This record gives sequence, structure tokens and C-alpha cells, in this order.
Amino acid sequence: MSTAFTLDLETGFRGLLEAGGVSPGLSRLIWLPLPMLLVLVAAVVGVLVTVWLERKISAAVQQRIGPEYAGALGILQPLADGLKLLVKEDIVPARADGLLFTLGPVLVVVPVILSWLIVPFGQNLLISNVGVGIFLWVALSSIQPIGLLMSGYSSNNKYSLLGGLRAAAQSISYEIPLALAVLAVVMMTNSLSTVDIVDQQTGAGILSWNIWRQPVGFLIFWICALAECERLPFDLPEAEEELVAGYQTEYAGMKFALFYLGSYINLVLSALLVAVLYLGGWGFPLPVETLAGWLSQPIDAPLVQVITGSVGIVMTVLKAYVLVFTAILLRWTVPRVRIDQLLDFGWKFLLPIALVNLLVTAALKLAFPAVFGG
Amino acid sequence: MPPLAEITQLIVFGVLALAVVVGALGVVMLPNIVYAAFLLGGVFLSVAGLYLMLNASFIAAAQILIYVGAVNVLILFAIMLVNKKEAMGASPGVGLRRVLSTGVCIGLFALLLRVAFSTPWATPGPAAIGEDAVIRLGEHFFSDYLLPFELASVLLLMAMIGAIVLARRDVLATDIGTGESVDQGLIEKARTPLLMEKP
Repeated sequence: MSTAFTLDLETGFRGLLEAGGVSPGLSRLIWLPLPMLLVLVAAVVGVLVTVWLERKISAAVQQRIGPEYAGALGILQPLADGLKLLVKEDIVPARADGLLFTLGPVLVVVPVILSWLIVPFGQNLLISNVGVGIFLWVALSSIQPIGLLMSGYSSNNKYSLLGGLRAAAQSISYEIPLALAVLAVVMMTNSLSTVDIVDQQTGAGILSWNIWRQPVGFLIFWICALAECERLPFDLPEAEEELVAGYQTEYAGMKFALFYLGSYINLVLSALLVAVLYLGGWGFPLPVETLAGWLSQPIDAPLVQVITGSVGIVMTVLKAYVLVFTAILLRWTVPRVRIDQLLDFGWKFLLPIALVNLLVTAALKLAFPAVFGG
Repeated sequence: MPPLAEITQLIVFGVLALAVVVGALGVVMLPNIVYAAFLLGGVFLSVAGLYLMLNASFIAAAQILIYVGAVNVLILFAIMLVNKKEAMGASPGVGLRRVLSTGVCIGLFALLLRVAFSTPWATPGPAAIGEDAVIRLGEHFFSDYLLPFELASVLLLMAMIGAIVLARRDVLATDIGTGESVDQGLIEKARTPLLMEKP
């Protein structure tokens, strides 16, 4: 497909080091942690931005002003929040199970951060183009309920235990339609790799995005992603009016911050994956090759490469943040469902629809191999 | 580069193997059933790590998805729904049972060791096919392993139907506690307020 995107930072960086007299092994060792650090920083900055957006948008929805004094337009408010959580006293309740109580939040955050491994921001702009790609994300996100059950159980609190159980039930129920929606996209791509999934959507710009071929799958995936992130129409595990704060009732300080961070990283990650799976990933609405052709620029020229790479990153992040905006708006305008409605909806509505969607995709793939991936 | 990769591999293998052995022993020996269940999740994760070291990334991800994400979560779920805090009472003849089960386990272990040492393992095995493994797995599932694959799914279906029959109480004609007749209609209608049912 678009082999023209050959912006490869690794070869460039290691070439630079090896020209300076560093051995290939050592240059590889120096390179390895860099993308991971960069993505970790990107994830945390993404969370800060999302927290600020959440505060500002919720304020606008409720006709308030929101944070105003910490930096211009309150942009430093999330930093102040983080600092506050960092220096707060870290309390473990006396009758709680200290070991599991500490391990729970860690088990919630680590899989979410690991999943950033597969998010592509460009042809070569991801940590690792793992062959099992999107399947790895589905698998990793299934570890999270164990951490939630662990913290719910170890808090030694009825509300926490109920919250943990709800979180596990919800997560198991919505994982299945989620995986089936992903499977339909994978079937059209013939590959599990996220880079291949985006490559298959380039070619005709906005017209070749998966959302036109998988409109039902897109809706199923977005609903399930919101449920997996425990965002508001589905935030049963921490429903304030019923369960105080669910599994995080007893948590304070840095351990609470881990839950907080984990849920927002998960939200940004889900939005990024919707962009990758259905909205063409790093693709510009017009194919970049066509644009370069109109401007009569060679697509392989270094400057054009840098520009297309930057456009790719901007497009991925832009699409993701439009979705994050939708999620925030949903949270502050939609009422919460009941737990039985939630489970009914997952098992009796989404699951059959996802199965039908999968079968229809398979049939269309056989009937129109040119459009639905041969 | 090769020495670095080899050392890393050795360390990772050592850590994973230790985690599997210690974790599995913990699952069997710990008296607290919740700890045992969480350790079981750890063992499953470590086994997934071992698969990853064997270049079987799809199997590793499937192991995490099915064993950690589904089986272990459901085990924990069941334990926590029951949530019995008191320790199990001492059953009669615990000492003799422990001696017997230890004997059986040591015998099995000795047998496995004998097999492991007497089998002429073909090392190194066939070259890893890496990312093509998914395609090869699919081919096997739909050709020579079709029957076992389908039989496994039929088995799961039977288990599921059995569980539903056990869980639906209309199979039992009367409630064990009150002696009144029970039917599924009453249980399903239980969410409508009782006061409004008698006009």
C-alpha cells in the first residue's frame, strides 16, 4: 500500500549513534527504552489534557465557568490535582488486606499502559508492530477486572466488594461484543496488526475508512469501549448514589491516583483505537499522495516525509480527541442505566447484533471481495 | 547483540519458571482460597510469558484472554459471591489424607521426571514461524484438527446447558426451604413490587 511513508526514526537514530562510534548492540540498547518513555509521557500528557477537557466541558454543560485561576483558562488545574494526590497521606484501612490492597491498583494500570504498545501514530511511529496487534489489546484489557476484584475484596467494605463484582460482571459481558466487532474489522483486513488495519483504510481518503463499511460495528465498538472504561451511561461500578464510590471507596493518595490515571488512560486509548479501527488512523481525509501530487512534490523527499508524518500524528490525535469530547459530553448529559438493564443490553441486544454484523461482513466479503477485503 | 539477547532470555526464563512453580505450589498449599485464586491468575500469566518466549505470541494472548480474563475472573467471582469468611472445619482423617495425596503427587512427579529425562528430545526443535502461526493454526483447525475442535465446542455446550438446567429452579417442583411449589414465572416476576400484585 502506502510504502511511501518510510519515515523510520529507529534507523535514523541508530545510524547517527553508530556514525559516532557506538557499537550496533549498544545503539540498540540505547534506542529500546526511548519510544516506550515517549509513549508513556504522551499517555500521561493525554490524561492531563483529558482531565482539563472534562472539567471545562462539564462546566460548560452545566453553565458554569470551571477552573479559571490555575494557569490560562485553568490549564494547570490537572497538574495541581496530580500534585495534591501525590502528597496526600497514603492510608491503608486497618482491617484491609494490605498486600492485595496495594497490588489491585497496579494490576489495573499496568495492562492499560502496556496496550499503548500497539497504537500506531504513523507507518513506523509505534513501539512495536506486533503481529497479534489488536488481539493483544483485547487480551490485556481482560486482566483489568482481576485488579478491580482484588481492590474490591481487599478493602473489606461492602460497597467496595459490590463495586468490584459489578466491574467484573460488566467487563466480562461487554468484552464479547467488543471482540466480535473487532473480529469483523480483522476479517476485512486479513491481519490482526494495527498498522495493516490502517493501511487497508488508506487509498481513497475519507471514503475508504472502515466506518462506512462497518457502521454497526463502529457503534457496537464505541458502546462497548465506553462500558469497558466505565464511563457514564455505564459507570455502575462506581455509581455514587448507590455505592459511594464502588471499588475505590477506601483508596486515597497515590493509590487512588492510579485508578484515576488508569481510567483516563483507558479512555484515551479506547478513543485512539476507535480512530485506528474505524476512522482511518493516521490518514488525512484526502490521500496525502494525491495532495503531494497536486503540489507536484515527490512523496519520498525528506521534508515531505516529515510533513506527512506530522500530519499523521495530528490526524490520529485529533480523531481520538473528537471521540473523547463525545464521551465527555455523553457523561454529562446522559443518565445512568441500572445494572440489570446494563447486563440485559449487553447480552440480549449487543451480542446478537455483533454476531449478525460478523456474519453479514463475512457474506459481503464473499460477495464483494473488492470492497470488503479479498 | 546476541549475548545481550541470550542473557535477557535466560533471566526472563528463570523468573517465569520460578513464578510458575512457586505460584502453583501456593495455589495448592495456601489455606486462604482467595489468595489461591489470585495466585492461579499469576500462574496463568507466567505460562503466557513462557509461550511468548517460545515465539507463540497468539497462543500467549489467547492464554491471557481465556484463562486469566475469563476462567480466573469467573472463579474469583464465584468465590466472592459466596464470600465465606470462616475457615473450613477440620474434616476427619486430615493427616492420613495429606500423606496419601502427597504420596500420589510425588509419584506423579517422579513419573514425569522419568519421561522428561528418558525421551530423546529433538533439540533444537523446528524453526519458529513467528507471525504466520495464526494462519497455520487456522488451517489446522479447519483440516486435520476439525473433529477435536468441534467436539470441544460440543462439550462446552453440554456443560453450559447442564449449568442452566441446574440454575433454573423450575426443574425442582417444590422449594426445599418452604415446601411451596416453585415456578420460573414467579422468580422472573420477582422484580415487580409484591404489593401491587394483589388488587
